[in-house]
Amino acid sequence: MDSLIEKIKSGYLWDFPGGVFPPERKKLSNHSPIKQLPLADEYIIPVKQHIGHPANIVVQIGDSVLKGQALTQVQGPMELPVHAPTSGEIIAIEPRISAHPSGLEELAIVLKPDSLDNWCEKSPTPNYFTLSKVELLDKLKQAGISGLGGASFPTYVKQSNSQPIELLIINGVECEPYITADDMLMREHANEIVSGIEIFTHLLQPKLVVIAIENNKPEAIAAIEAACSGKTKFVVRAIPTKYPAGGEKQLIQVITGQEVPSRGITADLGIISQNIGTAYAAYKAIVQGEPLIERVVTVTGEQVNSAQNVWARIGTPVQFLLDNQGYKPLKKPRVIMGGPMMGFALHSLATPVAKMTNCILAPSDKALPAPENEQACIRCGYCADACPASLLPQQLYWHSKAKEYDKAQDYKLFDCIECGACAYVCPSEIPLVQYYRIAKADIKTEQLEHEKAEKAKERFNARNERLEREKQERLDKHQQAAESRKKAMAKDQGAQDKVAAALARVQAKKQAKETPEQQETTNKTAQNVADSAVSQDTSAKATAAAAIARAKAKKAAQAKAEQLAKDTDKTPTTEDSAQAKAKAIAEKIKAKRQAEAQAGSDAPAEPDNAAVKTESDNKDTEQGLTPAQIKAKAIAEKIKAKRQAETQAGSDAPAEADTVAGKTESDNKDTEQGLTPAQIKAKAIADKIKAKRQAEAQTGSDVPADPDNAAGKTESDNKDTEQSLTPAQIKAKAIADKIKAKRQAEAQAGSNEQAEPENLANQTETASPKNEPEPSAATDVKSTETAENELTEAEIRQQRVKAAIAKAKAKKQALGDK
Amino acid sequence: MNFKVSSSPHNRIKRKTSDVMLAVILACIPGILAQVWYFGIGVLVQIALAITAALLTEIICLRQRNRSFMQIKDNSALLTGLLLGICLPPLAPWWIAVIGACFAIVIAKQIYGGLGQNLFNPAMAGYVVLLVSFPLAMTLWLPPLNLIEYSLSAWDMILVIFTGYSDQGYSLAQFRTSLDGITMATPLDAIKTGLSNQQTYQEILQQNIFNHDFGIGWMQVNLAYLLGGLWLLQRKIINWRIPLTFIASLFLLSGICYLASPQSIADPLMQITSGATMFAAFFILTDPVTASTTPKGRIIYALLVASLVFVIRNWGGYPEAVAFAVLLANMCVPLIDYYTKPRTYGHVKG
Repeated sequence: MDSLIEKIKSGYLWDFPGGVFPPERKKLSNHSPIKQLPLADEYIIPVKQHIGHPANIVVQIGDSVLKGQALTQVQGPMELPVHAPTSGEIIAIEPRISAHPSGLEELAIVLKPDSLDNWCEKSPTPNYFTLSKVELLDKLKQAGISGLGGASFPTYVKQSNSQPIELLIINGVECEPYITADDMLMREHANEIVSGIEIFTHLLQPKLVVIAIENNKPEAIAAIEAACSGKTKFVVRAIPTKYPAGGEKQLIQVITGQEVPSRGITADLGIISQNIGTAYAAYKAIVQGEPLIERVVTVTGEQVNSAQNVWARIGTPVQFLLDNQGYKPLKKPRVIMGGPMMGFALHSLATPVAKMTNCILAPSDKALPAPENEQACIRCGYCADACPASLLPQQLYWHSKAKEYDKAQDYKLFDCIECGACAYVCPSEIPLVQYYRIAKADIKTEQLEHEKAEKAKERFNARNERLEREKQERLDKHQQAAESRKKAMAKDQGAQDKVAAALARVQAKKQAKETPEQQETTNKTAQNVADSAVSQDTSAKATAAAAIARAKAKKAAQAKAEQLAKDTDKTPTTEDSAQAKAKAIAEKIKAKRQAEAQAGSDAPAEPDNAAVKTESDNKDTEQGLTPAQIKAKAIAEKIKAKRQAETQAGSDAPAEADTVAGKTESDNKDTEQGLTPAQIKAKAIADKIKAKRQAEAQTGSDVPADPDNAAGKTESDNKDTEQSLTPAQIKAKAIADKIKAKRQAEAQAGSNEQAEPENLANQTETASPKNEPEPSAATDVKSTETAENELTEAEIRQQRVKAAIAKAKAKKQALGDK
Repeated sequence: MNFKVSSSPHNRIKRKTSDVMLAVILACIPGILAQVWYFGIGVLVQIALAITAALLTEIICLRQRNRSFMQIKDNSALLTGLLLGICLPPLAPWWIAVIGACFAIVIAKQIYGGLGQNLFNPAMAGYVVLLVSFPLAMTLWLPPLNLIEYSLSAWDMILVIFTGYSDQGYSLAQFRTSLDGITMATPLDAIKTGLSNQQTYQEILQQNIFNHDFGIGWMQVNLAYLLGGLWLLQRKIINWRIPLTFIASLFLLSGICYLASPQSIADPLMQITSGATMFAAFFILTDPVTASTTPKGRIIYALLVASLVFVIRNWGGYPEAVAFAVLLANMCVPLIDYYTKPRTYGHVKG
């Protein structure tokens, strides 16, 4: 940067590409001095005259205000106050047509002068360098100073830049044709301008100040040079006349050869530029304490008799300015605020002068012919040659016109400074800049809408997510609850067992009292469930499973037998499933034994058996047994049930049941509503047992084959399984029956005979073959017969006691677990 | 009051499309005059025929497309006709000019959407169609008038154009034959034929159509077009990039080849003062619609045309190559433009 500053100091100038040379026509207005105007009839002061936000209005209709009094008060960032241009009364605060290309109305304060033009109290600070930076900036802000070059950017914001500033460029280029406001101001107030610049240098402390003036203003250059003499940091630089050399970006390029980064600001380069008029306004505000209430405006054009610069108070209607200079309106009048290249045509002469208004132009149709018909683009490329930003205006035009805004942006639409050079040279009279403005506005609107849509989408997505989350949470909660229930159940097997047992008991009791119809229903249900369970599996699997189940049962029985032999009271608490099953089966055996022992006794003892079975069943089901296993068990239990039935054979069946045949499935649901699958199965099994028992009871015969046949009949699908069981079962049943019969007989006999120790072993042996299909039945039969011969009353008693103990144990366990 | 409101800029340069076209037409005048001086009134007849056909066709087309036929005032059809007429052999039959102009306007311009929309240079498209369709008529160039054995009045020329025979009953072929019975062609033609007949370049230059190092007449015509072109440059009607690049690259390319093999190729000065070189450089390549519009693109475009011209002239089947080269380069223009976007202010290179 230092070497650059040396180069700038040496007088080197760069150039910018493109540019045009429109007729200057500055001579119209630069011959007479800046004129003081009388007071207008009313002043319309738009509340917002700068880039940023409007400040709060602090006056009311009817208020009397003094010249220079603030009408609005700054409260937030990017706000600037406006001031009363003269003393008078506030007669309206309402939307008025504003100094804007749209010609739309904006909120304005309307002031009726009292013709006294009394100043409010001023607070001049000629020795401003004693003030702090913050105080100085605040003074600039309170004086309502914004960039007077055209953009009207709040000066205090620009000056409070935190980046180090090397170079301050004062823009006195004034490249637009017709306009001479800065030219005349420089000629007449060079010293004040330089004082104003010194305020800026005091704030920014730049290494160099370059005052750039186009070389078509020799008087102004001379005046400023004179005012700057002796100031080493100040350089006055005459730059070649070429439009738009006065554009901030182009001026920086001309003075420094550097380019402001796209979408960046000049301060990124360590450069700040201020307009000549702004410097003067800063001088007035700080040194003289006068806020920005007037500015120099060039009133010019071929339709104005005495074109010249005037001191126009902010808020002066354009009509007043024109009338003062002798305006000859055309048939179709055209008045431009600003220059012919970048100014905008007014919709009404009631438009007030704003802070950035530098020119009121009333041209003749000859000088600035109104646009004729737009012709086809002939791709001459003059526009590209003229563009100071090195854009391709022709391509921008195609894409803007076709509303291909993506492509227009690819061609850097937003780097267009709207200087109008392209449209100026276009031989086809295409209003290129207008196309770009429309495209830019459309894109901005699109972006706003897109942002809106994005926000809406975000909200929608957030809502969906929330709903989904809540749903998931609910599901999770349910699942957790279910799991915890399941866990609790798995843990509190006993509790469940108890529940199931109770259920089964209740059922059994109920069944005992049930009407035949109900029994039939339950029978049917049981049948259906069993059918479906069985039929779903291959026979081989079922066979294998059955075999396993039997083997398990046997093993368990042996274990139990041993346990019983030892007469241990220990309750296994940490049993695994196999053990549990084994135990259950063992208990069943026990129970059976007990039942046998109780042969001929009352029915209530039996539901316990069922309960035990049900318990084990439940357990198995919940432990995730395969269907095959369940089936196997079901079969095993069937066997048991049969056995029990056989046991009861001959005894008085508490209930009568109808024959089991040809049932409909329709009844199932009614009976089983509200039951869990496990329960259903348990019940089904229980029912089956019951059914068989009943069947057996009905037959009343001693022949063990009959119940089997009945079972076979009812479970016609499962023949294989049944058949594989049959030989052993038959045998076992036969033996059991014999034993039973004998025992009954003995019991009935009431004889007291000696108990034999082998009995238990025999009994166990008897139990084993029952559960295991054995081809050599003869031996067993013999041994059983032997055992049965040796049965004594003492044994029966012993068994009964044991059974009672087992029952008690089961109950205790159930309670304990619960 | 009803205010006239328009978007900025309110100021416009007073040079409309029609002015641009007219300026180009005016710039052709020195060249046309030179052509008439050396090749007779036939040049003007061809130009008049082509312009008339072009204007009439344009009006019909505009009518058919429901456009105001006042668009004719943009002078673009006038210029197309003029450029095509300039390219035609002076004594070509009248229907040559008419067919060429009709094709140029209807097919090459209006079908694409009219002014500004056409991909190919209309005049060159018309010329190429004629060259391909009527090769004989299109290559019957007359030698400079002072070399012709028979006196050829303006009336004779008009008769030849419209009937094929002069007042005395001579045909075009007879006019083209010199005293010694050798057919006189254009310098480029002669060089091409001579070189293919194993003559050296120096031997070819001994022919009577050459005056030392230049083709008689053709050099002057080229210089006249150069003059007109320079005026266009001065008026900033055309950009310097295309003509300068074109002439310089053609000169350099042939210069390099000439240095390598001076016997088998025309020297660079001959190259840039023969045929349509200057005319093409300032009036054909600079056609705004069909040329590249970016600064870099213009250089690439002109370089491309120069290379094609050089290649076709020296190794192609035709003695003159501008029309083909221009059409081929026209096809590349959209691509060239796309890839030669200038660096925009404030954007880092690349």
